[in-house]
Amino acid sequence: MLTDPRLLLLAPGDSVFVLRDQIDAGETVWVAGVAVAFPTRLGLGHKIARIAVAAGDRVIKYGAPIGRATQAIAQGDHVHLHNLTSDYTPTYALDKGDA
Amino acid sequence: MKGWLRSDGRKGIRNVVAVAYLVECAHHVAREIAGVDRDGAHVIGFPGCFPNPYAQKMMERLCTHPNVGAVLIVSLGCESFNRFQLDQVVAATGRPVKTLVIQNTGGTRSSIAAGRDWVRAQVAELATAPQVPMAVSELVVGTVCGGSDGTSGITGNPAAGIAFDKLVAAGAACIFEETGELIGCEGIMADRAATPQLAHELRASVEKAARYYATLGYGSFASGNADGGLTTIEEKSLGAYMKSGQSPISGLIKPGDIPPKGGLYLMDVVPDGEVRFGFPNISDNAEIVEMMASGAHCTLFVTGRGSVVGSAISPVIKIAANPHMYARLSEDMDVNAGRVLEGAATLEQVGQEIFDLVCGLAEGGRSKSEELGHQEFILTYKTFEPIGPACLPV
Repeated sequence: MLTDPRLLLLAPGDSVFVLRDQIDAGETVWVAGVAVAFPTRLGLGHKIARIAVAAGDRVIKYGAPIGRATQAIAQGDHVHLHNLTSDYTPTYALDKGDA
Repeated sequence: MKGWLRSDGRKGIRNVVAVAYLVECAHHVAREIAGVDRDGAHVIGFPGCFPNPYAQKMMERLCTHPNVGAVLIVSLGCESFNRFQLDQVVAATGRPVKTLVIQNTGGTRSSIAAGRDWVRAQVAELATAPQVPMAVSELVVGTVCGGSDGTSGITGNPAAGIAFDKLVAAGAACIFEETGELIGCEGIMADRAATPQLAHELRASVEKAARYYATLGYGSFASGNADGGLTTIEEKSLGAYMKSGQSPISGLIKPGDIPPKGGLYLMDVVPDGEVRFGFPNISDNAEIVEMMASGAHCTLFVTGRGSVVGSAISPVIKIAANPHMYARLSEDMDVNAGRVLEGAATLEQVGQEIFDLVCGLAEGGRSKSEELGHQEFILTYKTFEPIGPACLPV
């Protein structure tokens, strides 16, 4: 299944790819055979869903769970603070206002 | 490789004068004294006025670190730190040591003048001290990561892990940490323990960290980690865990415990008992200081967002995980592991480069942060119980 070479699969059973280079705003990118439009820029190191994950299910990276989906995640979605939460301690993100 | 032989049999890859303040009130005087020769004299110290056995042990270990050739203790005079014991511990190793009590030396100006005279003489003396041959198996190397992002766990950390595998294979002692950033890895890590008893100890140390951070309400996770694509503490942990490489885990130590032989060790940095003094390590240099207290000759520091720090006493080798950051901060980075993402190098090649840099530090090589004059140091309050009998190799 066609996948953009910027998307890196770390372990065979992973539910996410990791970006090895950035995706610019407005690009359409192949994610495991599906063409996905990205309205905003994504920096390297960020995660893209390789498969759909149901709300409450675990997200797998490096072959190990990295938390649970807080909402349904579709293939090609950016996976981050808005749809993934820790099973241990919550993640603190700086409120940057309009900066 | 060459080093300076100490009376306990360890060898140093640097030969500096440690200028050690025992309370924040003596910090300015210590800094001004060390300013007489910033290459040869490094400032370390403890800011608190209340007694703390952990801080005492850390300062004793640091003042007798193999990279330290002489020690000037700078005391205000009324702090609770036991300066008499520290002086005796250093003197017992045969190192030149002098305690300067500001309240008995005429104040700031007089103490700075007296301290500078002593330091200048010691630096001159140390500069002529003979070196002896040194083997890789005599090295203690630590690793930390800081300013991590989504690239740290796939480039810099596994490359540091490969360097660790090479060092351990050559007989060196390698130390990784921090248990608060191994939350979620306890199972896979315990599988690598040399004995079932050690596996239990490794697991328990991470469970302690999880409880500790849950009480504090924050994981070991900074806002910049999320900017770099990391979402949860267990995700950050899996990336951090890659620094440990593939070797079997030989032991579990706490800050100030010196590995008894070569091998791979986990350092448990989370205090024992109830949560008392706040966050275990309030910034990256606190971790580097604990590595040094356990004898680390140098520390590998993998960074994704771009830390610029170095350390007093022991060199820091900074490994850039992220090629974009390397392009912005190349003047601070010793290694560009981001090349792996661009297909310009393999993890194995970067791991070998790190190994060669470590050995090079004992052959006259200097790290970027040393060249730039970085000598950060921080030590805060903690409480530890001694490690259990199952923690060390027999």
